[in-house]
Amino acid sequence: MSRFNDSNVTLAKEIIGRFPRAKSAVIPLLHLAQEQDGYVTRDAMSHIAELVNVTTSEVYGTATFYEMFKFEPIGKYCVNVCTNIACQLVGGWELLEHAEEKLGIKAGSTTDDGLFTIEDVECIAACTEAPAIQVNYRYRYKVTAENLDQLIDDLRAGRLADEIPPHGTLARVRQNTTEAWANTGIEAQAKVDAG
Amino acid sequence: MSENTTANYSLGGQVPTGPKILTSRWESADGHTYDGYVRTGGYTALRKALTTMSPAQVHDEVKASEMQGRGGAGFPAGTKWGFLPADVHPRYLVINGDESEPGTYKDRLLMEKDPHQLIEGIIIACYAFGAAQAFLYVRGEMALAQERLAQALNDAYANNLVGKRICGTDFSVDITLTWGAGAYIVGEETALIESLEGERGMPRLKPPFFPASKGLYMQPTIVNNVETLSNLPYIVNQGGTTFKDLGGATSSGMRIFAVSGHVNKPGVFEVPNGITTFRMLFEAPEYCGGVRVNRKVKAFIPGGASAMWFFDEHLDLPLDKPTVDQAGSMLGSGAIVVMDETTDMVKACWRVVRFFARESCGKCTPCREGTTWLERILHRILTGNGRREDLDLLFEVSESISPGLAWPPRQTTICPLGPSAVSPIASAVNRFRNEFEHYIEHGRAIAGVEYVPMHAGSSHGAHAHV
Ligand SMILES: Cc1cc2nc3c(=O)[nH]c(=O)nc-3n(C[C@H](O)[C@H](O)[C@H](O)COP(=O)(O)O)c2cc1C
Ligand code: SF4
Ligand code: FES
Repeated sequence: MSRFNDSNVTLAKEIIGRFPRAKSAVIPLLHLAQEQDGYVTRDAMSHIAELVNVTTSEVYGTATFYEMFKFEPIGKYCVNVCTNIACQLVGGWELLEHAEEKLGIKAGSTTDDGLFTIEDVECIAACTEAPAIQVNYRYRYKVTAENLDQLIDDLRAGRLADEIPPHGTLARVRQNTTEAWANTGIEAQAKVDAG
Repeated sequence: MSENTTANYSLGGQVPTGPKILTSRWESADGHTYDGYVRTGGYTALRKALTTMSPAQVHDEVKASEMQGRGGAGFPAGTKWGFLPADVHPRYLVINGDESEPGTYKDRLLMEKDPHQLIEGIIIACYAFGAAQAFLYVRGEMALAQERLAQALNDAYANNLVGKRICGTDFSVDITLTWGAGAYIVGEETALIESLEGERGMPRLKPPFFPASKGLYMQPTIVNNVETLSNLPYIVNQGGTTFKDLGGATSSGMRIFAVSGHVNKPGVFEVPNGITTFRMLFEAPEYCGGVRVNRKVKAFIPGGASAMWFFDEHLDLPLDKPTVDQAGSMLGSGAIVVMDETTDMVKACWRVVRFFARESCGKCTPCREGTTWLERILHRILTGNGRREDLDLLFEVSESISPGLAWPPRQTTICPLGPSAVSPIASAVNRFRNEFEHYIEHGRAIAGVEYVPMHAGSSHGAHAHV
């Protein structure tokens, strides 16, 4: 159960500063919380509420709408297998079944060692590369049972640590606010909001 | 899989060609970098617009281009911008990078492979209609696109192409990069705005909440798709009519289509809009090179999971908006999924319906309840537990979401998601009723289709957002 650490508080304030209204930053801040702790904790939601000046239940209300936010720990590697139509047509379900056998768990659950979670997901916009999967939102295309086995072995052995960060870390490059920031929208909206 | 599958087909005419205007940097190793973009002519259109054209002149070029929005509805961009009420400020541009309509695959590539082209298009649009700020909303699951756009924005800011006094002119505007967290419905423009306000992504009622008058923070807002805006550098540099002339009479410019499913070479292709036919796309060697193993097309989805399905009699239609609308479907988001003659239509239908059942936001009853029902009925048919009355029941429930099963749908719902769930049913059950009946009678697919027993853990629209 953790609030943002100091450097994330600084980052959170910078993110909030790019929106005319603070509440607009809730989703990016929930991602930041998930990056810090691997999932979204109650304390992180209270902290976000303080930072954007709404109630914790409002933050919770928003957070629970979105599938990427997890409210308890999941695997270090979240393996999302697409079974939607383009993938189904070329073996998405069979691939999911193979992943389940390989890891000994069903879609929607996590291995006992906390390394892997499998999800049966909707189209991930890689339809011409079907069957497609993501591991922590990094793609693998035209996946076969053999590639999947190799991938899981590599992840387990830590061989892909550079390419695939632990669950929670999404983009590793962030937008910065520099002195070139114009602030025109924020100032204009502030005038409207002040009446 | 056999190689030479196109030899026996007649394409019904010359395959039209055109320049790569959207995908020109996709093959290049550094096309996504600032240097790679500038070296290949990047940001010349922005300079031209800001230093030699008035905002109205830019808007006029976009009107002259007759470019239809590429996000799904196909509304002309120039006309949409014209709906902004005069003199109400601030006004905003929201860029829809949520791409999640099943079958759709082009906005992610545009963001990953050519992020500066999009940024240039965004600033041009902001200049044309006087936006005070732009919000670039990327689908949550697209980590690489987010990284590439963040880097591109940082570089564009550092080079005076976004932010304060752009290119040394009086024009200033910011782009805020933000992203979602997994919810298809957030692609609907009013839901996107809710999400951008930090809320649950549920659509607003239209009217009164048309974004152009009451959008983000209740200010006038234009929502445009990533591909739509990526066309603007070309339109400004070459002129609206040059763009228009690349396509057909009623569909201008070039357009990107993703063709997936049972073709030899699935791919993402930029083609002259409105004059290329489905058959050309499926069969020409430069595109998909034929249906796999020389099989026949049984059905195809012409414009994303929400679209009505097409069949062999539609193969020679051009990918032209009014033509496809007239034929009873839509080009939607340029997402074409091909199913060959061995496809299990019951399973295909169920899978598309499960998507909508899962993604219903739960705000209105006919969609929340109806899509879940439809999915459950189809699932029990597929698992051998279908009942004789189930097909009638499917249509009864469908009618409650989309009265008359008309096209375009008449909806009893707040947004078009509910009626979209009816498209696969109206398509597959009507056309392949025997396949559904066979499942109900015998608990399995008819002979001749690839029958794979159902995966055990795949049932129901379990996680609707309620
Ligand atoms: C359920 C639903 C999902 C949608 N998803 C997307 C999407 O992912 N991306 C997109 O650009 N438009 C999507 N749209 C269309 C948008 O509402 C909107 O029309 C579009 O972003 C406008 O951009 P354009 O005029 O440039 O096409 C969706 C619409 C609906 C009803
Ligand atoms: S039609 Fe469905 S997705 Fe659209 S608002 Fe109603 S419940 Fe939500
Ligand atoms: S259907 Fe699997 S990526 Fe689109």
